[in-house]
Amino acid sequence: MENTVKQIVEKYNTNRNRLMDMLIDIQESEGYISRDAIATLSQLLEMSQADVEQTLSFYHFFSTKPRGKYAVYLNNSPVAYMFGREAIKEAFEKSAGVRFGEVTSDGKIGLFDTACIGMNDQEPAAIINNMVFTRLTPYRVRELVKMMKEDKPIEELRKESFGDGKNYLPSLRSMVSSNIRRKGMILSDDYHFGTVLREKLPTLSPEGVIGEIKHSAIRGRGGAGFPTGLKWEFCRRAKGDKHYVVCNADEGEPGTFKDRVILTEKPELVFEGMALAGYAIGGEEGILYIRYEYRYMKDYLEEVLHKMRKEGLLGTNISGIEGFNFDIRIQFGAGAYVCGEESALLESLEGKRGEPRDKPPFPVERGYLGYPTIINNVETFATAVRIVQNGGEWFTQFGTDDSTGTKILSISGDCMFPGVYEVNWGFNVEDMLDMVGAYDVQAVQVGGPSGTLIGPDEFHRTLGYSDLSTGGSMIIFGKQRNLLRDVVVNFMEFFIDESCGSCSTCRNMTQVMNNKLKKILAGKGVANDLKDLKEWGRVLNASRCGLGQTAANPIISSLKNFRPLYEALLQKDKDFDEGFDLEKSVQASCSYVGRVPVFNHH
Amino acid sequence: MSNLIKFKIDGKECMAEAGKFIVDAAADNGIYIPTLCNMKGVKPKGACRICSVRINGRLMTSCTTPVADGMEIESNSTDIQDLRKSIIELLFVSGNHFCPACEKSGNCELQALAYRYQMMVPRYPYEFPMKPVDASSPRIIKDQNRCIFCKRCIKTIKDETGRSYFVFRNRGHKLEVVLDEEMGKTINSATAHLAMENCPVGSILVKEKGFDTPIGKRKYDKEPIGSDIKL
Ligand SMILES: Cc1cc2nc3c(=O)[nH]c(=O)nc-3n(C[C@H](O)[C@H](O)[C@H](O)COP(=O)(O)O)c2cc1C
Ligand code: SF4
Ligand code: SF4
Ligand code: SF4
Ligand code: FES
Repeated sequence: MENTVKQIVEKYNTNRNRLMDMLIDIQESEGYISRDAIATLSQLLEMSQADVEQTLSFYHFFSTKPRGKYAVYLNNSPVAYMFGREAIKEAFEKSAGVRFGEVTSDGKIGLFDTACIGMNDQEPAAIINNMVFTRLTPYRVRELVKMMKEDKPIEELRKESFGDGKNYLPSLRSMVSSNIRRKGMILSDDYHFGTVLREKLPTLSPEGVIGEIKHSAIRGRGGAGFPTGLKWEFCRRAKGDKHYVVCNADEGEPGTFKDRVILTEKPELVFEGMALAGYAIGGEEGILYIRYEYRYMKDYLEEVLHKMRKEGLLGTNISGIEGFNFDIRIQFGAGAYVCGEESALLESLEGKRGEPRDKPPFPVERGYLGYPTIINNVETFATAVRIVQNGGEWFTQFGTDDSTGTKILSISGDCMFPGVYEVNWGFNVEDMLDMVGAYDVQAVQVGGPSGTLIGPDEFHRTLGYSDLSTGGSMIIFGKQRNLLRDVVVNFMEFFIDESCGSCSTCRNMTQVMNNKLKKILAGKGVANDLKDLKEWGRVLNASRCGLGQTAANPIISSLKNFRPLYEALLQKDKDFDEGFDLEKSVQASCSYVGRVPVFNHH
Repeated sequence: MSNLIKFKIDGKECMAEAGKFIVDAAADNGIYIPTLCNMKGVKPKGACRICSVRINGRLMTSCTTPVADGMEIESNSTDIQDLRKSIIELLFVSGNHFCPACEKSGNCELQALAYRYQMMVPRYPYEFPMKPVDASSPRIIKDQNRCIFCKRCIKTIKDETGRSYFVFRNRGHKLEVVLDEEMGKTINSATAHLAMENCPVGSILVKEKGFDTPIGKRKYDKEPIGSDIKL
């Protein structure tokens, strides 16, 4: 073991900033990160053991205890439940003989819950040793467990055909489906990769590129919607010996999976966009930060990069442009939604806990290792290529005035055809529901848990930065669903688990509000509780990052749009909690010890 | 040398050197903004959020935001004061704070702020979480019940090689601040005392000795926290 750790540390030049890579490699080679491994690691890196552990313990996929020869991570997003997660869970527990959170005594099978793995259009899904198994059924689960017990290689567990699109490629070999249902400028097949780097850039200055991006009025596709051209311009102007380009493929918002599809079907477009951005801001290094759930894509993406290098689309003097040097490396996360927040992502890239930074300064001024850095979403980079190819003016014909271009939606839940749809901004919800075959719809969660839950009276609203802004997650709930119990609580617990814990507000208020929600669900609610929830949620506005600032949204938006659901659960004619009730308490404590209470009423 | 700029807090004209953090600039102008995680001279990490102020309609932490020329800062409005009180209450209900039995009582910044903000009973239900006390170090008791995760110990208590004695563990609601087991064995007396002093609450205590200053004669027994800031 000690030698393994040594080799791993050397592989990354004993560079502390690569601690994430080291921990991933150790976890993958040993199945966990042992005390001894931590000791060796801390010695070699001249850190305290607790310091290594502070990074390690932040991430869901790292463990100091063995997770089993086969570690099963079963998605627990609401959509997984809607498609039968309970039965799958039961089948796993029954056939493996352990409960979730445990490992079988022979060390073979470990069962774990995990937050949305980006497979909402093919649930229930689980990750087993980095391989994704989708559309699980109890029968399939029993079969999988049987094969695990027989120590079959993980490849043999794959008894299904590969998914659609490029998932069959030898370097992917994945059962995941891309489910592209509607193509636009990004997902279309009419672009020849490399055209912009080869043909456009020799005729355009970096400022010219930024000019086109600004003219296109494109705003970031990751959710926050910052104007991309401005970001690139700020970064270009920021002083620093180096400039970095980071692509955000953390895709952790429950219900989104479009970045997974873009990276599967059009990775060249994303990498070309990163190189283009490197040219624009004067940076030579790009990093793709991708969530660990997508680890199965590693070889494939490396292969694409390799091919691009061979074709001269990455490397030195790209397209014969003197001094245009750019290359990309891939960095994995390890299970932390907050690492999608750009400054947390940078911390993680530097081998640390994914705690968002205080802003200012912004990453464009001080980003990765302190150098000016742009961070953009996968889709933003891909779109940038088409903008530079056809010009900013061309781009503005798509979408609306304040939301130009197309948007790729991840649509899942109660509908006939879940998958990704590339539409022009300005699409309204009603049309969207008709497009995907969704009938008897009770509600749509727009933009994931941090977004809003809307009902039919708002389905006329349109998708765009000034109305319903979204990073692309659309979850549809039919009439048969219990929104509060099955959706809102799930989302609140997601935020509680995923908060980095830095801010007093986000660390605690999410819990306090969820406790109150559970009190209401237990039939103990009073009218005053609804007022409290609304009031208390405001405290979260003082949080450092978007996670905390939006963490009450599941409750706040359902309370606003589905108030009757709450009211129906309240105790009638009770506005506030009464004080201590002696008789009830005596009764309760007597019932625990099996006595009969005697009350003396005078 | 000094590059003075003008800004306003709650309408009051103020002056400060450009680039100063708002809390410090406010203090220079006789205005108290409460802080918990911040420590003068140490790189801030806005953790407690209690120093929040409103600038251009947005809440910002004044310990991490530098003042700028012409800035208009809102600090003393009813909703911001209530936000600060809420944060104090949250910190109380999410830990276990039994002041009368706490060595830090009277010197505790959280308690002092609770007095200053006239907290009677927190509006949030107590969570009474189960939290461990780590007394394995020969010099220090690390009581998780009282930790408010301000990070002060993490940032300031280090050995000769720059390694921190204290670090975070886990995240979110399961967050802990722990003392490195090995380093905890060898921590010297001066460092242990500094750790206790830098901790705003009673989460880090030095073993074997306590109640040097009797209750009633301690720092905030005499005057409310923030009293040193006036013109
Ligand atoms: C909690 C949280 C999670 C986020 N997750 C992602 C993500 O997975 N992918 C993403 O592109 N942006 C995410 N963002 C937004 C990023 O902080 C950032 O705004 C974005 O990557 C910028 O790229 P864009 O301008 O191209 O959208 C997240 C933000 C927050 C607050
Ligand atoms: S808001 Fe939540 S996730 Fe964001 S920095 Fe604060 S504690 Fe961490
Ligand atoms: S740490 Fe402060 S608030 Fe907590 S019990 Fe001690 S004196 Fe009271
Ligand atoms: S132990 Fe004290 S100084 Fe350290 S984080 Fe907790 S409250 Fe802050
Ligand atoms: S004092 Fe500013 S956030 Fe704590």
